[in-house]
Order: sequence, then structure tokens, then C-alpha cells
Amino acid sequence: MTSASLSVTANSTANATRRGNALGRRLLIVAAWLVFALFLLLPLLIVVSEALKQGFGTFFTAIFEPDALAALKLTLLAVGISVPLNLVFGVAAAWCVSKYEFRGKSLLVTLIDLPFSVSPVIAGLIYVLLFGAQGYFGEWLSDRDIQIIFAVPGIVLATLFVTVPFVARELIPLMQEQGSTEEEAARLLGASGWQMFWHITLPNIKWGLIYGVVLCTARAMGEFGAVSVVSGHIRGLTNTLPLHVEILYNEYNHVAAFSVASLLLALALVILLLKQWSESRIARLKTGAQP
Amino acid sequence: MSIRRFALAALASALIAGPALAADTLLNVSYDPTRELYVEFNDAFNKHWQAQGHEPIKIQQSHGGSGKQARAVIDGLRADVVTLALAGDIDELHRLGKLIPEDWQTRLPDASTPYTSTIVFLVRKGNPKGIKDWDDLIKTGVEVITPNPKTSGGARWNFLAAWAYAQQKYGTEEQAQEFVGTLYKNVPVLDTGARGSTVTFVNNGIGDVLLAWENEAFLALKEQGGEDFEIIAPSLSILAEPPVAVVDKNVERKGTRALAEAYLNYLYSEEGQRIAAKNFYRPRNEAVAAEFKDQFPALKLVTIDGDFGGWKAAQPKFFNDGGVFDQIYQAE
Amino acid sequence: MSRRTSSVIPGFGLTLGYTLVYLSLLVLIPLGALFLKTTELSWAQFIAIVSAPRVLAALKLSFGTAFAAAVLNGVIGTLLAWVLVRYRFPGRKIIEAMIDLPFALPTAVAGIALTALYAPNGPIGQFATELGFKIAYSPLGITLALTFVTLPFVVRTIQPVLADIPREVEEAAACLGARPLQVVRHVLLPALLPAWLTGFALAFARGVGEYGSVIFIAGNMPMKTEILPLLIMVKLDQYDYAGATAIGVLMLVVSFVLLLFINLLQRRIARS
Repeated sequence: MTSASLSVTANSTANATRRGNALGRRLLIVAAWLVFALFLLLPLLIVVSEALKQGFGTFFTAIFEPDALAALKLTLLAVGISVPLNLVFGVAAAWCVSKYEFRGKSLLVTLIDLPFSVSPVIAGLIYVLLFGAQGYFGEWLSDRDIQIIFAVPGIVLATLFVTVPFVARELIPLMQEQGSTEEEAARLLGASGWQMFWHITLPNIKWGLIYGVVLCTARAMGEFGAVSVVSGHIRGLTNTLPLHVEILYNEYNHVAAFSVASLLLALALVILLLKQWSESRIARLKTGAQP
Repeated sequence: MSIRRFALAALASALIAGPALAADTLLNVSYDPTRELYVEFNDAFNKHWQAQGHEPIKIQQSHGGSGKQARAVIDGLRADVVTLALAGDIDELHRLGKLIPEDWQTRLPDASTPYTSTIVFLVRKGNPKGIKDWDDLIKTGVEVITPNPKTSGGARWNFLAAWAYAQQKYGTEEQAQEFVGTLYKNVPVLDTGARGSTVTFVNNGIGDVLLAWENEAFLALKEQGGEDFEIIAPSLSILAEPPVAVVDKNVERKGTRALAEAYLNYLYSEEGQRIAAKNFYRPRNEAVAAEFKDQFPALKLVTIDGDFGGWKAAQPKFFNDGGVFDQIYQAE
Repeated sequence: MSRRTSSVIPGFGLTLGYTLVYLSLLVLIPLGALFLKTTELSWAQFIAIVSAPRVLAALKLSFGTAFAAAVLNGVIGTLLAWVLVRYRFPGRKIIEAMIDLPFALPTAVAGIALTALYAPNGPIGQFATELGFKIAYSPLGITLALTFVTLPFVVRTIQPVLADIPREVEEAAACLGARPLQVVRHVLLPALLPAWLTGFALAFARGVGEYGSVIFIAGNMPMKTEILPLLIMVKLDQYDYAGATAIGVLMLVVSFVLLLFINLLQRRIARS
């Protein structure tokens, strides 16, 4: 079933038969625009307008301030570690879920999804319970002078936790839909497991993979609650960009807070563009597959 | 595969960035309103330290609600020194974390409190609601902004100052509790930290009066150009004593004891006291205090040790689970 | 759809093993620590903590506002999905792309933006003040923040289902004399309901746990505008680890049940 082509053909017949509903149609479109403007556009505009309240000078000073750059670096580091790890996990998880039948599969899928609905605060709390000085491994770590929470590893762990499901969740339905016939053919023709994966599976799931990575990146970049619990809030060292926004906001630095916020907003918009692009590739792939 | 190489590179840099707290850095874990004070003090101390023939050091700051910060240190945040809002929070470093000895407060002059402050009212320009004293805060229609005493040290000082006033005026504890209960009914937003409350009052325009650290109130005036707000000194307030301490277990691990002690001692130096006064903290040093005496209104002040039996008695009575503060909120 | 167990395809042991080890290390063992910590409490203590008036108030608030936000999303999400799937109009592509903004935007940014918007001196908050009510620092503000953060869920779950319903079915029904409401009731509703419920449940689950966007706008008043995740933070900052984990366990159990419910729904969708 290809949704795009279907709705296009449906659309042309509808225009003829449904003229009587034109008024209702127009009303609904206007309502959608209103909802969109009120709920999505307005918050976006206020970030930008607050950021530029005192002109571009203060805007750029806030963004290129050393602590902001350190926060940006830390955010990119957390993204750079957690996204590839969750990418590999997502492929492995989607592989075993979509290619085989086994008992307890739906429990496994639920477990993969679990971090989605665990409150970020709990995600931070559990690592404090494990690795905090009063935690289960606290003494052991302290004796070996290893620091996990209130340092980079803790921030990476918390980010990893909240972004576990993203790639797997995108890939599982895609790979289930595609089935395994192509892989089976490749195997019968003598391809090794890895050859089959690189030449058959990967090209097939490429765009879904990118889509998952994009969503994963967005969440990793923006995580606040979980990271806030394990960060320690040391300026220039363990503050990520979202935490830096909070600090600036609490320093009477309204304009600077919104400047850094608009940097994050710009990153979010780039992510949306990438997402849109990978989505359109998926759609094209699907329509190309069964014309 | 380039993704794998990228991951390796990222991992490697994480390992390098991980143990960044080396011997030439000092981490000062502090409470909310001291950000500006320590930015200035750190620069001055660094110059002083280098003038004594040492290498320049990197001083890191972390700020948040006082209770939250103490908890982070107990959970393993490697603070060399803590500069918190009240002694009760530093006591927890001994009780729960075994990070410092029990007698920590005797190790530095003035009960380890290099500067003090008090609680004042910040009102909107022209004082439209005519707020002069604590009595005016319980009138209907007056919105009071103060943070949550459970998480904020400043809020605990606010609470106790109101309590002390009511007890002196009405005589009994029941009446004091009723007074404070009525006051908190007038609070529309209870932020987690003192700074959050200031932002709520100043930037978001909520409320008629902010109960604030004196230094925080002055800072708000300075940042906002003094055009929109006025400071009102009540007839009675509390001597707020934010103490400091070296975290023994951490400085021994990191080998930074000499540096950490020099850092805290410098707070007591004339230069350190002057920086504190410039940032609107009341200095202990009498010469510096005389220099800045026009800046601070003379107030009748109660003290935590003299009037409340110290934090060891006040904390469980008022702020722990089931204490007076909980009773006030659950009475409704 | 092929779903047979094929021995031809290699990697079952490897991928399942890796998945299980990774999940255990990152998710299961840490969450286990949460349960382990609560075993330090007796049943009576656990019940006493989670039934304290302040916790119950937070529970009601978190679940109530998350539910209200999910319902609101159920309405406007359906509207947006309908318009995006069925109509071509100027700006459709922009709306389509921007629907996911709440997913891409860090929640702290959403929090300060919405607070600036709805605070009594903000552009929208001003109107509310004039009309005599407030948005920020009230449950209404929390609901609006949660609505923003969870907006994409309903839209994105019902969009594909809506696109798959052949329009001919509706049109045939209409030609046979069914009134629009009847079409909705007998044709659209049964087809959309499972997806709608999935989106609703996802939004609800996310809303209950949301922290970053809410704390700025909530006001954080005990018994009034204090959400559950914040209460966990507050308990933690009072050195009350057991209390914090008890509330955490309660939330976790609720989200797990919700997720199981969602997955069951999705299986039903897949089967039909």
C-alpha cells in the first residue's frame, strides 16, 4: 500500500465529488493553521525575538562565550558517543526481532521501548543509585578513583539511556515489512553473513537508519532531566547546552539564555530538515519498489 | 567504516576529558546567589596565588540550591571546598558522607562564616501595596515570592525570619505557625532555589514582594538599574550565616589541601572581605565593615544559634518530613 | 509479510545476545537498582510514602495534566493529521515538517519559551491576566507545556492509518446516503481508534514523566503545582533516597503497564 500515490489519486476524484464540502474543508484548514501557529510557531518566534532583543552583538557574545562553547563541545561529545552505540544496538535489536520468531519477543520489544516512558529524572536517579558515592558501586569506584557521575561518563550514560529505543524503533517495522527473501536469496547464492548484511540489508534499511539516527541525535542533544541529575553543574566542565541555558536563565541573563536556546533551536531545525529529507527518500524507495 | 572510527575518536576524547579534575584545578560548590561574588573573588585569588609564586590555577564553580549542592557532594561531586547557604547543609557532609569531621565549623574564624547577610523585602517601585513589615505580607491580595525551604537554603532563612517576627509579636508557637501558614498561602510560586525566585519576581513579573537574601536584593537592583524595585528592611530579621568548609576527603584524594585552605583563608583577607562587601555581603572584618557601613541598613537581627538552638534543632523541627513546613501545606 | 524462522539467515545468537547484554547493562540492571533500593523499605513504609498527601497531590497533578494534554492532543492531533493527509493547501509542507519540532527541540528550550509566552507579562499571558486567570504557574500552564511536548505523537500515529483508509469507502458510504457524522462513526472511528489510542497512550506516558519543559512553567507549589518528577528531585535533595526511589518505582510500574498496553494495541493493528 503506498500512501502517497493513493492520496494523490483520491484527491483528484474527491475534488469533483466533494465540492459541497468545500466550506468545511476550508474551515478545517484554517483551524489547522491556527493550531499550528499558536502551538508551534509562537514558541519558536519568542525564542528568536527574546534572543535578538539587544541586537546581534549580545547574541553572538553569548554564543561564543567560553562556557557556552565548552557546553557545546560536551553536548556534541555526548551525541557523538551515544548515537553510534545506539545505532549498532538498534540494528542488532531490529535484526533479531524482525528476522526470527522466538518466545518472549513482545516482552523484548517492550523492554526496548521502556526508556521512552521512563521519566528522565528516574533515568538520572538510577545511575546515582549505582555509581554515586553512597551508591551500590560507590565505594569500589572511589577506591579506584574512577568517577562516573558528575563527570563525562555519567552524562554519556544518562544520554545513552534515554536514546536507547530510537534507532531500533524505526528499523523494526521497516525490516518486518521488507521481510527476509532477499537475504535468503543472497545466502543461497553463497554470500557470507557479513556480505549479505553490507550488500543487501544495509542498502535496504539505509534511510530508515538515517531517520532513526536523526531522531536519536535530536533527543541526545536536548536531554535535560536525566543529565541534570548526574551533571554536578560545573561551569565549563559538566554543563551541556540545555543545562547552560538553564544556568544563564537563572543568572538574570535572559538574553544570553535565549541566544543559546536559539542556537539549539537552529540545530533542531537542521535536524527537522534532515528528517524530512530521509523521510522523502523512504517514501520514494517504497513507491519505487512497487510501482 | 567511518562511523566506527568516529566513535573510537569520541570515546578516546571522552577518556581524556574524563579525569579533568587534576591538581591545578579547584572546584568550589556553592549555592545559588553567590555566582557573581565568586566570579570576582576567583580572579582576585588567582592573582594572589600567583603572586606567591604558584602556577595559575583553574577555579571551577557549581551553583544550585544549597541542599541540592550538598547532596551532590555527598553523592560524589568532587568539591574541594563547599560554600553553602547554611551550616545545616554542611553538617550533612559529615553525617551522611563522612567527608569532613564533625567539628568542621571550628576550623575557621567566625564559625567558618567569612561573610553574613540577612533577609530583606524587594518590592516594586513606589511600593504600591505599601509593604513595610512582616505584618503586611499576610494581608489578602499580597503575593509573596519565596523559594521552597525543602530545597533552598535562603528559603529556610526566610521562613525562620518570619517565624521569629511572629513569635516575638504574638508570643506562642501556635500563633507563629498560624502567621507563617497565612504567609505561605500568599505565595503563588515556590521555586527550588533563591535564584529561581528572583527570576520569577524580576523577569516574569510575578508577585508584590520578594523575600530575598540582602545581597540578592541589592544585586537585582544593580542588574535592573534600580528603576523598577525598592528594598524594604523589616523591623526584625535574621542574621543569615552562610559558612564555608574544605572537603577533607576530596582534597586529600586530589592533593589540593594547601590550595583549598589558602582559598578559604583568602575570603577572610581584607581584599576578600572587600570583594564580599562589593557584592553586598556583610563583611566580618570591622575595618571593611566600617568602609561599607552606609550600604547596609542597620537591622534588629535574631540568630540561628541564639534563638533557634542551631540548625541541628531547627532543621528537623521545621523542615524535615512531617515538620512545621509540611504541616502548613497539608493543613489545607 | 514474511515471518518465518529461517535458519538460512545467520546472526540470531549474535544479535539477540548483543541486544540482551546491552539492554541489561544500560537499562535493566540500573532499573533493578531502583527496585533493590526500595526493598530497604517495608511494605508499610512504601505505602506510607506513596500515600502521603503531598505525593498523592503530585500524582493527581501529573496524571491529570498528562491526561488532559493527551486528550487535547487527541483533538488537535486528529485535526492536523486529517488536514495533512486529506487536503492540499498552501503551507502544507511547512506544517508537515514542523510537526516534529517538539521532538527535536530540547525540552529546556521549550520550557523557557513557553514560560516567556504564558507568564503574566508575556504576550499571551497578558490576555489571560486581563480575563482574570493565569496560565503559567498553574495546572493549565503545565497542561499546555505537556501538549506542546507530546504534540507529534497522535499526529504521527494516525497519519499513516488515515492515509491507508481508501477514500472510496467513505465516498461510497456517503453516496449510499450516510450523513457525515455517520461516516465518521461507522467508517473512520473503528479504523482509526487503535492508532489514536496508541498515540494517546504514548503522549500520556511521556507527559507523566516529562521534566525539563514543565519545571520552568509549573510554579512548583507543594500540593498545587508540584509534578511527580520534581517531587523525586525534592526528596533526593533532602537526602531521602528511599522516598525518591519509592516514587520512582511507582512511576515506573505505571509506565511499564502503559507500554504493555500500547504494544498489545499495536499487535492488534498489525493483525487487522
